[in-house]
Amino acid sequence: MDGIEAWFLDLYHTTGINLTIVYDAFDRERFLRGLLNTVVLSVICLVFSVIIGILGAWLLGARQAIPRRFVQAYVQFFRNTPPLVQMYFFFFALGPLFMTTVERQVGQMVFVSETPLLTSFHWAVISLSFFAGAFNVEIFRSGIEAVPRSTIEAAEALGMSRWQIYLDVILPLAFRICLPALNNNLVNLVKTTTLAYAIAVPELLYMSNQIWSDSVNVPEMMTVLLFVYVGLVAILVFAMQRWERAMKLPGFGT
Amino acid sequence: MSARRRMRLDNAGTDLPVLLPGAERLADRARRDRLVGTMPRLHWTHGAVLAGLIVLWAGMAEAQTGAAEPGVFDALFRWMPLLLEGFGFNILISFMSMAIGTAVGVALGLGQISLLAPVRGSSWLVTQFFRNAPWLVLLFFVMFMMPFEFVVFGTVIPFPDWIKATIGLALPVMANVSEIVRGAVMSVPSGQWESSESLAFNRRQTLFMIILPQCIKRMIPPWMNLYAILTMATVLASIVGVSEMMTLTRRALAAEQNAFTLLVPFYGFVLLCFFAYCYPIARFTLYLERRYHVIT
Amino acid sequence: MAQPVLAKETVDQPEAAWTPDRPIVEITDVHKAFGPVEVLKGVSLDVMKGDVVCIIGPSGSGKSTLLRCINALVDIQKGSIRVEGQEVHVPKLDKLALRKKVGMVFQQYNLFPHKTALDNVMMAPLKVLKQDRRDVEGRARELLAKVRLTGKEASYPGELSGGQQQRVAIARSLAMGPDVMLFDEVTAALDPETVKEVLVTIRQLAEEGMTCMLVTHEMGFAREIADHIYFTDHGRIVEHGPPAEFFQNAQDPRTKEFLSQIL
Repeated sequence: MDGIEAWFLDLYHTTGINLTIVYDAFDRERFLRGLLNTVVLSVICLVFSVIIGILGAWLLGARQAIPRRFVQAYVQFFRNTPPLVQMYFFFFALGPLFMTTVERQVGQMVFVSETPLLTSFHWAVISLSFFAGAFNVEIFRSGIEAVPRSTIEAAEALGMSRWQIYLDVILPLAFRICLPALNNNLVNLVKTTTLAYAIAVPELLYMSNQIWSDSVNVPEMMTVLLFVYVGLVAILVFAMQRWERAMKLPGFGT
Repeated sequence: MSARRRMRLDNAGTDLPVLLPGAERLADRARRDRLVGTMPRLHWTHGAVLAGLIVLWAGMAEAQTGAAEPGVFDALFRWMPLLLEGFGFNILISFMSMAIGTAVGVALGLGQISLLAPVRGSSWLVTQFFRNAPWLVLLFFVMFMMPFEFVVFGTVIPFPDWIKATIGLALPVMANVSEIVRGAVMSVPSGQWESSESLAFNRRQTLFMIILPQCIKRMIPPWMNLYAILTMATVLASIVGVSEMMTLTRRALAAEQNAFTLLVPFYGFVLLCFFAYCYPIARFTLYLERRYHVIT
Repeated sequence: MAQPVLAKETVDQPEAAWTPDRPIVEITDVHKAFGPVEVLKGVSLDVMKGDVVCIIGPSGSGKSTLLRCINALVDIQKGSIRVEGQEVHVPKLDKLALRKKVGMVFQQYNLFPHKTALDNVMMAPLKVLKQDRRDVEGRARELLAKVRLTGKEASYPGELSGGQQQRVAIARSLAMGPDVMLFDEVTAALDPETVKEVLVTIRQLAEEGMTCMLVTHEMGFAREIADHIYFTDHGRIVEHGPPAEFFQNAQDPRTKEFLSQIL
């Protein structure tokens, strides 16, 4: 490890290529924390967006018009507006609505101050989950609708209950139909997490910005950043395509 | 009876219940989305709802604030010319990015179907690289890595921020156009190549006289989709400090002390402008898709 | 006051009241409309236990709808359908009990594409009847052997030919231990070569004494296997009789025209 660090330090001294994230423990720690935050942000948003998608798709099938209209309005709003504006709206317009008072005791004195209930990370999770969730609602709904009516009829004829049909027939098939579209959306979500930079979430882009501001190594960091993101997305795309192939049923679907 | 027979013959080959059109649509849409990113779906009611929301909010705020304070409408009207000027900037950036991205992207797309393996491979690599990179990171890359001016033969050519942002946004456009071109060319049946070849057309003639004219129709709808996505992405330029609509909106709000009552109408106005611009494009794209029977 | 009591009697008529000397399926004056389109306009027919009944007729004459009414996949507007004496056309129908008695096979097989052949057969007894897995698997293997698909247990529907899939579908229905089997144009979607293997399976079932109702276009098969043939047109039964009589001496002009077209 020391050898590698020394080599990169030497690289800096001889060529001026300054990769502090390799030889400087502080910068390295910041960079890795940013990377971790990007991954964590993506995973949390993925989970919430899938939950939102399932709930929304379920409500779209409701008999009452009001939940359906509500979900449709939600989907249209989040699909048709720039995600950055959504994020600003959540953070700047709704953020101030959620404040909490914190009491701090210093010696004999008690300080009462108002602080935001939710951090920028929380707002990024909320905003991105709703953004990706809106697409998932449509994806899941079309997936469920694409399960052939005749297959459901066959399950009915075998005496299966509505729940059994839903769990054992519709969902497994709908999931396979959805998977490619769902994966696209996930890849998009990972790329969109960079927008959290705009509200100072310490994700990869933000942390890299801090590093190049402190260490004045913009070209090096910019290049590293670009390749790390492309690598991250490429790995994801590759894994997803493997998964899609593994899930593919012989002779079913396109 | 004959209809029934025909149907039975058609069914003879299939071993499974044919998926409903919904599934094919979804699969096609997934393929399309993989090509150019997810397309906004717009309806005129969205504009109406947005406009209604702004007016309602502003009206309510107006009713609450005392007569002495300037109203929400006043503020919005005062800033509107500046904001619209900013929006014009977004449109300008989108036009230029699209032009640059299309020009380079078409060349890259043709490179992807080149017979020369090195050309094909490197075009593919460049396309995949810029397609997988987040738009914002590409924007940062160009903003920070390009000089603010060039000196060519003693003359100084300035490179302001917005030009750099245009180039930054043109990179992902280029990669997506490249994929659109490749996809369209691949979708032409191989029989077209074979029959042209048998009529003694050479490869270049076949490509430009036979294949590409057939592709144009297929390429236009996804290309327009891409343009709508690009237009919405121009707000990213505000993150890197270009004075486009989003930047100006935030400055205007700051000038108004970030009054809470102003936040919704101002952001709403931004959304409305993008809606008003993207909606006709989305409708026209849909019309072309139907007309040409291509799902893009 | 008398009205509800009467209705109650018909509804709650106990299953025990049915004896094999009465029709196992009793259809009386059934009417069914999809919106403004009336597809069944008063159909009546009886099927005795062990009978094989074929329903033929031009497309759109309501044959498939009639079968779907028998196991309550579609509800009827008027009339009565009884299976083993139990009325089907009641609001509080025990659908599970009905579907245990009545198995159905579809034109498009409708197998579950995400389950292997064996799992397709095992699914209903496991999930619906909650039977023991080992018993179910044993019986499922026997049923697949019976339809001559030994060795295909682990194949997915997409890996099987149409005829093989249709035989899995038959085994899947039989796994519920039905008393009546409904076949809805089960060979219509098949290649000519594979039609025969499915028909052989159905004939075997019929010979074992299974009560079968078939909607079919295979006239030769109908003539050979059926105890009784019904000809439907425009939602009504136009003519019926034993096959020999039906095919030789059709009386109604519509039947004659249909037969002349198809034979």
